[in-house]
Amino acid sequence: MTSPHAALLSRDLALARGGGAGLGLVFFLLVVTLTPFAVGPDLALLRRIGPAILWLGALLATLLGLDRLLQADHEDGGLDLIHLAPAPLETMVATKILAHWLTTGLPLVLAAPLFGVMLDLGPAALGKTALALLVGTPALASLGAVGAALTVGLRRGGLLVPVLILPLAIPTLIFGVAASDPARDGFGPLGALAGLTLGYMVLGPIAAAAALRALRE
Amino acid sequence: MGLISAVSSLANPARFSAFAGRALPWLAGATALTLAAGLYLGLFVAPADYQQGETVRIMFLHVPSAWLGMMAYVVMAVASLGVLVWKHPMADVSAKAAAPLGAAFTFLALAPGSLWGKPMWGTWWVWDARLTSFLILFLMYLGLMALRSAMEEPSRAAKACAILTLVGSINIPIVKFSVDWWNTLHQPASVIRAGKPAMDPSILVPLLVCAVGFTLLFVTLHLAAMRTELVRRRLRTLRITAASAAALAAEPAE
Repeated sequence: MTSPHAALLSRDLALARGGGAGLGLVFFLLVVTLTPFAVGPDLALLRRIGPAILWLGALLATLLGLDRLLQADHEDGGLDLIHLAPAPLETMVATKILAHWLTTGLPLVLAAPLFGVMLDLGPAALGKTALALLVGTPALASLGAVGAALTVGLRRGGLLVPVLILPLAIPTLIFGVAASDPARDGFGPLGALAGLTLGYMVLGPIAAAAALRALRE
Repeated sequence: MGLISAVSSLANPARFSAFAGRALPWLAGATALTLAAGLYLGLFVAPADYQQGETVRIMFLHVPSAWLGMMAYVVMAVASLGVLVWKHPMADVSAKAAAPLGAAFTFLALAPGSLWGKPMWGTWWVWDARLTSFLILFLMYLGLMALRSAMEEPSRAAKACAILTLVGSINIPIVKFSVDWWNTLHQPASVIRAGKPAMDPSILVPLLVCAVGFTLLFVTLHLAAMRTELVRRRLRTLRITAASAAALAAEPAE
């Protein structure tokens, strides 16, 4: 007998394997590719703004799949089953966020050092950026779930989610880029980033579950 | 107890509309008088700054707008608690009416601030911590209004906007703190604001009168917008009832 959380996780992972999981990564690569066209192929400049490019790319790539995160379940009735599952809605939403992060956030973290090399980042910067992304992307996924839950079933939901979520993601971006800076010592920004992530990992499922309950009433 | 029951009796939409209808002319008159006095004091009586010259008068528009831009969010956050905890329809009417007002006052703080920045800082825009956090607040107002306009059903829009408002109100201090931290990282604040001199009464008094005038303006506009929203909702209910009555009447004829 499997728990509802394990069933939901394996279902979401299987669905992601079916297609779409690699698309975020391609988008991430595209953002990294487009930047030198916009600012010029000067490697010194690219090295300086490299962590910022990687963070912006990760932020945008995380937003990509969000409009489908709950919308697809809403359309095929999966959302009703999640409501009926013998587990709190909050933890079921947290499971969905985990599955979303495993299929979109984690590949970005793994690919970031590779794409960072293309931006001429040094080993220290590569390591720090990957670590900061590893710590920070769950916060983006949790915030994104709130936007996804608020816009379930709306016709214009796709454009609305970034408008709602990006202002809230600014603290994560600030501390994420600061934690990626190779010139900085100490764990101050990384600690603040970890704190933000832990906070949003609590706030995100609760707010998203509240939005989903409001949808059913 | 008398005050509490007087306030809670206004939670009834019909009584609220009647009260707002009676109070609005008085409030509008008080607003006009206070604003006229405040602007006269600010624009003609207050002395020009010895450093900034006449441009300091922008402050009398800019600072009260900024206060109200923040106050509108507090009103919305309290109203959102009312929506989610007590599920009271008037709370949502209040939250809905406050959002465009908050966005307008935030814009009123940003635009003259930018006009003020050109002669003072030599540029229209600097990524100063206060400017940046106000821009983010403005964007959050726009996001809330976009979410509201994307939903057709008022009861669902009420809950969704209330949840987003509360998530935002948890986030605003975090945004403020992180933007301050980011700003000190990138540029020392002393370049822009060389210490805060104690304010002379000749400037403080017009500023406070302006602040009271702007607050009255907000209350007036908020009451008027709430009253309009109540009428709009009643109209919507009447239309739906009329449509369903017409559908019911048409059915037996088949």
